Amino acid sequence: MKPPESTIGPMPISLSPPGPVMPRDPVRTATHCPYCALQCGMQVVDGRGGGGGIGIEAREDIPANAGNLCQKGWTAAALLDSPERLTSPLLHGRRVGWDEALDFVARRVRDVQARYGPDAVAVFGGGGLTNEKAYLLGKFARVVLRTSQIDYNGRFCMSSAAAAANRAFGMDRGLPFPITDIGRAGAVLLAGVNVAETMPPFVRHLTRMRDGGGRLVVIDPRTTRTARVADLHLRPAPGTDLALALGLLHVAIADGHADLDYLAGRTTGFERVRTSVAAWWPERAERVTGVPAAAMREAVRILGDAERAMILTGRGAEQHAKGTDTVTSFVNLALVLGLPGREGSGYGCVTGQGNGQGGREHGQKADQLPGYRKIDDPAARAHVASVWGVDPADLPGPGRSAFEMLDALGTPGGPRALLVFGSNPAVSAPDAGRVARGLGALDLLVVSDIVTSETAALADVVLPTTQWAEESGTITNLEGRVLLRRRAADPPAGVRSDLSILSGLAGRLGHHKGFPADPGTVFGELRRASQGGIADYSGVTYERIAAETGVFWPCPAEAPGEIAHPGTPRPFLEHFATPDGLARLVPVDHRPPAEDVDTDFPIYLTTGRVLAHYQSGAQTRRIAALNEASPEVFVELHPDLAGRLGVEPGGRVRVRSRRGVVEAMAKVSPVVLPDTVFMPFHWDGVNRLTNAALDPVSGMPEFKVCAVAVERVA
Amino acid sequence: MRLVVVGNGMAGARLVGEVRSRSRDVRITVFGAEARQPYNRVLLSNVLAGTSTPDQARLVDPAWYGEHDVTARLGVRVTAIDRDRKTVLASDGTREPYDVLVLATGSEPVVPSIPGAGRALPFRTLDDCDRIRKAATSARGVAVVGGGLLGIEAARGLAGRGVPVTLLHLGDHLMERQLDVEAGLVLRQTLGALGVRVRTGVTVSAVHERRVDLSTGESMDADLVVLACGVRPVVGLARDAGLEVDRGVVVDDELRTDDPAIFAIGECAQHAGMVYGLVSPAWEQAAVAADVVTGADRAARYRGSRMVTRLKARSVELAAMGETHLTDEQAEIVSFSHRRNGTYRKLVIRDGRLVGAILLGETPAVGTLTRLFDRGGPLPADRAGLLFPGVLADVAVAQSPVRMPDSAQVCHCNNVTKGQIRACWEAGARDLPAVTAATAATTGCGGCRDAVEGIVGWLSEQEGVSA
Repeated sequence: MKPPESTIGPMPISLSPPGPVMPRDPVRTATHCPYCALQCGMQVVDGRGGGGGIGIEAREDIPANAGNLCQKGWTAAALLDSPERLTSPLLHGRRVGWDEALDFVARRVRDVQARYGPDAVAVFGGGGLTNEKAYLLGKFARVVLRTSQIDYNGRFCMSSAAAAANRAFGMDRGLPFPITDIGRAGAVLLAGVNVAETMPPFVRHLTRMRDGGGRLVVIDPRTTRTARVADLHLRPAPGTDLALALGLLHVAIADGHADLDYLAGRTTGFERVRTSVAAWWPERAERVTGVPAAAMREAVRILGDAERAMILTGRGAEQHAKGTDTVTSFVNLALVLGLPGREGSGYGCVTGQGNGQGGREHGQKADQLPGYRKIDDPAARAHVASVWGVDPADLPGPGRSAFEMLDALGTPGGPRALLVFGSNPAVSAPDAGRVARGLGALDLLVVSDIVTSETAALADVVLPTTQWAEESGTITNLEGRVLLRRRAADPPAGVRSDLSILSGLAGRLGHHKGFPADPGTVFGELRRASQGGIADYSGVTYERIAAETGVFWPCPAEAPGEIAHPGTPRPFLEHFATPDGLARLVPVDHRPPAEDVDTDFPIYLTTGRVLAHYQSGAQTRRIAALNEASPEVFVELHPDLAGRLGVEPGGRVRVRSRRGVVEAMAKVSPVVLPDTVFMPFHWDGVNRLTNAALDPVSGMPEFKVCAVAVERVA
Repeated sequence: MRLVVVGNGMAGARLVGEVRSRSRDVRITVFGAEARQPYNRVLLSNVLAGTSTPDQARLVDPAWYGEHDVTARLGVRVTAIDRDRKTVLASDGTREPYDVLVLATGSEPVVPSIPGAGRALPFRTLDDCDRIRKAATSARGVAVVGGGLLGIEAARGLAGRGVPVTLLHLGDHLMERQLDVEAGLVLRQTLGALGVRVRTGVTVSAVHERRVDLSTGESMDADLVVLACGVRPVVGLARDAGLEVDRGVVVDDELRTDDPAIFAIGECAQHAGMVYGLVSPAWEQAAVAADVVTGADRAARYRGSRMVTRLKARSVELAAMGETHLTDEQAEIVSFSHRRNGTYRKLVIRDGRLVGAILLGETPAVGTLTRLFDRGGPLPADRAGLLFPGVLADVAVAQSPVRMPDSAQVCHCNNVTKGQIRACWEAGARDLPAVTAATAATTGCGGCRDAVEGIVGWLSEQEGVSA
């Protein structure tokens, strides 16, 4: 690994915008990309003061990207000056002043709660929000609204991996090791991870690994760009990743790769798991998954023979109604091979959203309080209540998970009002047609966004907010490294930050204290609230982040006179975060997709991403260069299927599920299996097809497989 | 409801688990003739070969029964069914009343009635496995009788232990139920290379202390004889109770016998004329029976199973499924044989669907074809592609810069085409850093670096040529 060399010189911790200095060298501000969890380091170069434009440079000092960016990163500044920016609150589509908008929201919230009770107002957050926003949003819900109904789109993203990691390790930190460890590994297994498309600079760590003689195994039903650089590609049928993991686990034990000393010393539950996978001999797994038994043996051999090895899961394995068990099975495999808690080895999940990690730690999740505390834990409630200055008894209990909440909107007993921050569920939620009907049935929908997203278009009140480069705050990347986003440009006139919006609403709802709009002040409180929790940020400061290019949590505050805690790059080296310090192997079993194919809907639909777009596309679909790269939604179908349907490349096809219908351009390619079509979900409509069957543990919907009928549009 | 299960093998144990996962209320008692916890019979060949240990084959933890409130009577045989009193009699003299009785008595090895048959060891249970392994350590020559699936796995496993093995098979070729003549030949050759001597058209007529007599009149040295001459359903209990028995206990689509309170599943059951000798039909039957018995899905019906036979023997990849014996007159046959490297592939296609296949020798197609066979999915017009799944047509193999069209995307991460690189080269960017600075190509995943360098080099050469 390259030592972090600073190309940017000493960085002052000025969180205010560059002042009106005299002309006119461009002003450079070191910050991070607005998009995915890799959180590539970049500098915003604002030359507007000298008559130039605003541009992006890649930072060398952040190990995740080390000077590289994908097209989304390079073009990120284009949205700052976008003509589509909202610059005034909208009340029923009419431009109004902030006071009028916030007064209206506060009045309606009071009315709804007076009539239907506190839980009638719900809050929906996002994994792109900074830690400060996620924290304050959770506090706003519990303290001001006193509603249990708060959850966020990370439920659609990280929840299965989080649940599995918590039950195995007692802690859910995406990668429990620095990303640079990947380049030193001898083998990496990626299960449902397509980094070549989703976070391209990540591939460089895999390339470094392979250049050093390491081998890459990829599990994906599609021959993705990531699969194409793999030494071995396993292609399970959609919805069968769990059976494949069980087959791999069986082989690992049968072929003598189980690390029995490690299992005895650092884990519990191996006997049960061994018994449970006796029923998953590889030839049986082959019949369910379509992956040859010989390839399973080869994959296990690659992992088992490596000095250091890693197993990483992504949404492909996780976004299923059995996602938690699927991840658990991959965790079991890692444990049987003796990987977690060994330097240079381990299990990790590749977090998706920009602050997908931090966003799931500080209390915008239905069952959680800051510091990754459980909301039903009396000690956790007491601690957080004391920081918030409220009675623990006044804190609500756990609420509905994201889809359950969206599904309850406007129903008897369900929320009548919804406040949305940093999310576009009308596009990103499963069975989106049903969700849109729920949104339409509300008495009040409030959306805070930078543009008129599809969800904002349905809202009674739209609150225009600042975006990434116009505000400061922390994000926690896929490594669990807390990073600093610095304000690099002035927001357009008329726009407020989410913190300011929460502050304004809190005041109008009778809480004049405790909801500061200044991120630094909020972070100070977050540190205290997280202190002693699993995700302890109490020793993290903006200054330290800047000086150390990030701090790994947990990082407890030092007592007076003590040396500062160095942060925790590899939390499991000594023991796991369970009460007894041992990792847990949990037996799980395979089951078929919630909705399998039949004669009416004979084709599997699986969804995923393309490089040029991010999430619901609210940002990236408004950037010209990205639209040029990926202009429209498409259906990827195998030449055999296209041939049978009489579909030509570029022709129109109609995809129908039990829930909705979408037309799109045909992309004919053997990348996808012949009985499967693939659609990227960045455009409105794709999720009207997907199935909202939920994982019983994590609440994750089954985005990755449902049954559809496909036909040519005449 | 009181459920009594007779048999704690792969079918019985599975049924117990399936019932308990559907209902906490059913009182379950399971009788197992073997004193052991249920184990995975499929893995016996691995245990025999020494690639798995016996405890790796265990299917149920001993503590499971207590935790799930199941009474397990291991090492206790059921000796009779009293249908009038709805009670079973056990070998220890106890009686167990039932509301529903499930027979999962499995099958027993066929032992040929030849002189000295008692000296030979059948290969059926974990105990058999132990006995064979012990005997094999001192054996100088082993005769395995029966060239079906189990016999071949046993022979391969023993050969892997370094013991000279002769496999004797009465049929004209190995696994004749599943394989055609050609496949039998190729398999024989593969086994030969692994140290298994195969003789067909011959069986054992007598077993002596250190040798066997063969049906051909010859005599052969063998101090260990392993029997794999097939199995027959264990139906004595059912027959004595007056249930309808043919080759197996006759059941309907609910897996119910002609006594509505009695079900039968697994290798002892006969459904629609079929007695299955494989695990997956038994487990499918267990799921249906559990649905019916508990009422979890009263509409559940068993409609027969598609048979996939997968040999489990190290260095021998063999899958055989469905109707492998159809001829060109009866079906569309696609086949490929390469005896020398142990490859044989055959597809049997009817009405555009895969109805049978033989895949001998390692092939990446095995998973795809098994799923196509299981699910009856439509086949592509290009049948050869099924046998030889090749390199993807559109996957970018390093294209020569000369042939690449200007519109070809070179850098995916930053959407840079060859034409854009050419344009920026023409505008003065003459090396990789300059092209990178102008287009951002190579700054994402870095995978296109060689391609971009190649184009820049080629453009420079072109200039040299034209200058």
